[in-house]
Amino acid sequence: MMNSRKPQPDPPPSRGRRRLLGGLAAGGLAASQVAAAAELLRPLDVAPWSRTPGAPTLEHPYGVPSPREANVVRRSARAWPLPGAASSMTPLADLHGTLTPNGLVYERHHGGVPDIDPEQHRLALHGLVRAPKLFTMDDLLRLPSESRIHFLECSGNTGSEWNGPSGLPVQLTHGLLSCCEWTGVRLSTLLEETGGLSNPLKPESGWLLAEGADAAAMTRSLPLERILDSALVVYAQNGERLRPENGYPLRLIVPGFEGNTNVKWLRRLKVVDAPLQTREETSKYTSLLANGSARQFAFEMDAKSVITRPSPGHRLSTHGYYPITGLAWSGRGTIRKVEVSTDSGATWQLARLDGPVADRALTRFQADWRWNGGPAALLSRATDSTGYVQPTRAELVAARGLNSQYHYNAIQQWRVGENGEVRNA
Amino acid sequence: MPEKRFGANGVLRMRVRTGLRTRARVRLAASLALLALASCASISPDARNSTTTHDIGTPLSDSQLAAWDIDVAPDGRGLPAGSGDVSTGARVFAAQCAACHGARGEGGLGDPLAGGHGTLASAKPKRTVGSYWPYATTLFDYIRRAMPYNAPESLSADEVYAVSAFLLNQNGIVPANTRLDAASLPRVVMPNRDGFVPDPRPGRL
Repeated sequence: MMNSRKPQPDPPPSRGRRRLLGGLAAGGLAASQVAAAAELLRPLDVAPWSRTPGAPTLEHPYGVPSPREANVVRRSARAWPLPGAASSMTPLADLHGTLTPNGLVYERHHGGVPDIDPEQHRLALHGLVRAPKLFTMDDLLRLPSESRIHFLECSGNTGSEWNGPSGLPVQLTHGLLSCCEWTGVRLSTLLEETGGLSNPLKPESGWLLAEGADAAAMTRSLPLERILDSALVVYAQNGERLRPENGYPLRLIVPGFEGNTNVKWLRRLKVVDAPLQTREETSKYTSLLANGSARQFAFEMDAKSVITRPSPGHRLSTHGYYPITGLAWSGRGTIRKVEVSTDSGATWQLARLDGPVADRALTRFQADWRWNGGPAALLSRATDSTGYVQPTRAELVAARGLNSQYHYNAIQQWRVGENGEVRNA
Repeated sequence: MPEKRFGANGVLRMRVRTGLRTRARVRLAASLALLALASCASISPDARNSTTTHDIGTPLSDSQLAAWDIDVAPDGRGLPAGSGDVSTGARVFAAQCAACHGARGEGGLGDPLAGGHGTLASAKPKRTVGSYWPYATTLFDYIRRAMPYNAPESLSADEVYAVSAFLLNQNGIVPANTRLDAASLPRVVMPNRDGFVPDPRPGRL
């Protein structure tokens, strides 16, 4: 359907091939594609892998992807000076559905990935609580658990587009984004185990300091009341224990909040009466506005969507039908609708939303499109359950200037050339 | 009168005759309520909604927690005893920090830590400790927990106070003869102290 071959003038299709080749005949069809199409008309061979038994069970006690999918891996947008204080990005264009396989969940570390012994790992819950407690992993596994699907997005995701189209493919523009089923214990359950908040602290004036056991001792202050009902202390993702790079053996999940607040390798939760003003909530993860002031404690990831297929790096090989598919999400609720445009926003059509639409989770959308061979510009625009509509880049820049770095959620455009090439331009 | 029988599975079965007297109705209501209570306590389908605790986890004392309880608040809560001055900080910085952050904190592999004053509203803002950070206490907290990158939590409290003093002096915020401790560090007024605004979302971009 999409490949990287160069187009050449096509010979007229023979009568017998007209049905197969009909859609390809108008122009821009490579001779090699005609040959490939002709190949499909030949009598089928019985393949070598059908003529001999395959590999035994337990060849891979823990299964691995087909070696033919070796290109579907995390990638970094740039070479980071300190490899442990860096990020890698999810290959969104090659994924299907809404769940991210554990080995492809994006990474953002601030002091490398620690190698933690779960037998020795502890979670301290203290501060303004009645009875501070220490929890072992076994303790946490004995508490009632809950599994929920939520996206994670780094607040720096898509920061490459603040100054206009970067030319990068979707993995490197939007790949600081993943979605898993997370299993763990509700924060509120743990607080109950400590007897609740100590007097006279009220949830609305409480903050929660979350700290990692990594070398950066990654630390964020979170508004307690806003996260109390939704936050999970998590030990599993997509059915298995957390991967080391995703926080093994324990992490915080704060649904809808920017990625770094979902503190990995969680060792300490401290209830306090005001934010601690840590480095990661002052020097970093604050958004500088054009007037020189900076927004602080901007937690929720606003509604956003992106077309993952076709997307830059793909080449449409033939005229005709293509599904336009992508992902939409909102840190404030569910996705209400996604609209798709193929003419740079002049007209919009409503996309179909696949499957049950979950709260603060990735939602897959699809729209029908027939490419007629002309230039096209593909856009998607999400609306969430609060009525918020994904903004344009111009609207974002007008509100925040060009130096705010984080929380870029503008409508993304991919251009399709007459040669079928899809570009971020 | 209702006839009460226990079924084979132990569940209370009840057959109610017509024409129950009022007293019997009251007794029926009471036994139904007891039954409901009993089933809530024993087979609650959603224990998360229950307010009973599970008595899981070990009580934790402040002394046990001491090595982990390293956060420092803007008012200075959490700062340890000890002190450090600018000249000591210069030596520690040269040995522990300059390889990544440059000899004077101008930046390198690591972030620039000095300079950038007056650039925040420009097209090329330079965010440093001096130009951007709102609280001096954050310096102590962050250096102690995370720096130097290859050996976090290896500096003594005196060394962290000293490096903090050196960086504040490099940024022209404290004079060269400054010695900082738990009382004086929170009193340092950072130039960008009032530079931060709350999130106006939702409602505004």
